[in-house]
Amino acid sequence: MADILIYLETAQSSDGAALKKPAAEVATAGRALADALGGRLVAVITGSVAPEGVLGRHGVDEVLHVEGDAFGRHLLDAQAAALEAAMADVEPASVLLAATVLGKELSAFVAGRTGRALISDATSVGADGTQVVASKPKYAGKAMAQIAATRPSIVSLRPNAVPAAENPREAATRTLAVEAPAARVRLREVVPSAETQLELTEADIIVSGGRGIGGPDAWDEILGLASALGAAHGASRAVVDAGWRPHAEQVGQTGKTVSPKLYVACGISGAIQHLAGMSSSKVIVAVNKDPEAPIFKVADYGIVGDVHDVLPMLSEAAGSFLAG
Amino acid sequence: MKIIVCIKRVVDTETRVKIGADGKSIDLGGVQFITAPYDEMAVEKAIQLRDEAGEGSVTVVTVGPAAATKELRTALAMGADEALHAVTEEHLGPNATAAALQAALGDRAFDLILCGKQATDEDDAAVGPLLAAGLGLPCVAFVHSLTVAAGHAIVEREIDGETEILEVDLPAVLTAQKGLAEPRYPGLKGIMAAKKKPLESVPAEVTDGPTEVRALELPPARSAMVTIEPTPAGMQTLLTALRQEKKVL
Ligand SMILES: Cc1cc2nc3c(=O)[nH]c(=O)nc-3n(C[C@H](O)[C@H](O)[C@H](O)COP(=O)(O)OP(=O)(O)OC[C@H]3O[C@@H](n4cnc5c(N)ncnc54)[C@H](O)[C@@H]3O)c2cc1C
Ligand SMILES: Nc1ncnc2c1ncn2[C@@H]1O[C@H](COP(=O)(O)O)[C@@H](O)[C@H]1O
Repeated sequence: MADILIYLETAQSSDGAALKKPAAEVATAGRALADALGGRLVAVITGSVAPEGVLGRHGVDEVLHVEGDAFGRHLLDAQAAALEAAMADVEPASVLLAATVLGKELSAFVAGRTGRALISDATSVGADGTQVVASKPKYAGKAMAQIAATRPSIVSLRPNAVPAAENPREAATRTLAVEAPAARVRLREVVPSAETQLELTEADIIVSGGRGIGGPDAWDEILGLASALGAAHGASRAVVDAGWRPHAEQVGQTGKTVSPKLYVACGISGAIQHLAGMSSSKVIVAVNKDPEAPIFKVADYGIVGDVHDVLPMLSEAAGSFLAG
Repeated sequence: MKIIVCIKRVVDTETRVKIGADGKSIDLGGVQFITAPYDEMAVEKAIQLRDEAGEGSVTVVTVGPAAATKELRTALAMGADEALHAVTEEHLGPNATAAALQAALGDRAFDLILCGKQATDEDDAAVGPLLAAGLGLPCVAFVHSLTVAAGHAIVEREIDGETEILEVDLPAVLTAQKGLAEPRYPGLKGIMAAKKKPLESVPAEVTDGPTEVRALELPPARSAMVTIEPTPAGMQTLLTALRQEKKVL
């Protein structure tokens, strides 16, 4: 039991199924863990995608492919059956997957069904001898716990926490026959959101606005900067509660936890509940007219000024800087 | 409609975390406690569902220290009917917590179990699905909308910017995402009524969990802030630093 199994989510889009962005990160972490334990790295993929090339690039030795309509869309009972079949086949020391909404649900559900140790939302994973040890933020990122699994484990990895690295090899593919269980949860409808933007938790750059933006009409300044930087856009709770932006964009304790490479906080005071959702960002830039705003305590770069002056200036500079 | 709601006593989200002497847990001296915010939303939703149905009951259950009767009483004051307290002073990991909850529930009958999406101390978002697995029930995590019909529930959740509308067979375990319900403040009448509502305490069944906390540390301190002038030249300085020093552009 030294092998590592990774479960990779796929996204259905108009041009067919594709691996979601955290897949390369999970594969990278899985490769390193397999090397540390002296095992192979096996990936399980469900639905109709066959991305051996992509996976081989990130160090996967073998791809197990679970086919069938029941596995196309992510429904928990079917995905659990697929993952458990792969686990029975590989008998991995540890299973790694992305700590997305679906990944957190699946990892805990399967850990419960198989009696495996669960470490949820880890930001790194490694081995101490034969034991799997992971770091995970607790108390909204105000503390980091080192957690060891004393039994075979399942670890979900926070998106954007482990940078994807290449480690090319030829990945063999094998089809795994799995019977779809009776669906106790059924999909009735999928309502696409009015506005399409990259999932916040997966974005490399996020521009967020707070009450300091002044109102929904001025939101163009946030969207303008986000577009100049190729970023996703988020909001504080004050903005969401005021109805300026949808809840899906809220960052913080009761919104999303993000760890992009770059987080630009504009007109956000930096309340502890907001920091809870973004303080693990690699680089933080804050724009606020109040030099005492708590956001400056976590910022790497601080601009004391009015957002209505700074944002257009920064958007323009970024536009030409990135083009040049 | 019999609904069970799992609630947890957690440190207040405003708490400044200090690491305890054991280096594995936080120092609880002077710390304020609250009911985990998502658990409050779950309690509120359960009360609303019971009241809409005009029948049934809401049972709140916790695995936690003796002091957690306070959070159970608060839920009773909001309008829950009864409380079940599996008492342990030990810190349990997610597997052991779910097992203790399952043991505490025993063979109680219910139509629905609601949990919060995550407890704001562990931030695992795990106990709901773990409990569902243990009980052999279907599960949907992170739901922001829930209606109940005969034998099933219709729930909504957001995945990658899309809203999924799902039908789930009951009984099931669901976990509450923001939007499900805005918790009410218990009024004086509720607080008085809560004193007379049943609160059963039993020792928690604590099993050896398969995870152990080796250390708890403060996150690495962030480097000192660099001040950028709010001028076009300042913007160039910032963009250059982001690209050349930080390599994030
Ligand atoms: C249980 C609980 C959960 C919560 N969850 C969340 C959460 O998930 N996410 C979250 O964000 N909050 C959350 N909060 C709320 C949080 O406590 C704050 O109230 C909220 O983050 C404040 O939002 P804000 O910074 O946009 O607004 P404010 O606190 O009003 O700050 C506005 C800032 O903008 C600045 N400003 C004003 N005008 C300008 C200008 N023209 N130019 C530049 N700067 C300007 C001001 O100096 C100020 O710093 C939660 C609270 C509780 C109790
Ligand atoms: N000790 C506990 N007692 C009761 N419910 C709990 C306990 N721990 C977690 N829960 C429930 O499970 C949810 C998720 O917790 P967690 O997996 O720790 O993030 C919480 O929001 C609660 O509803």
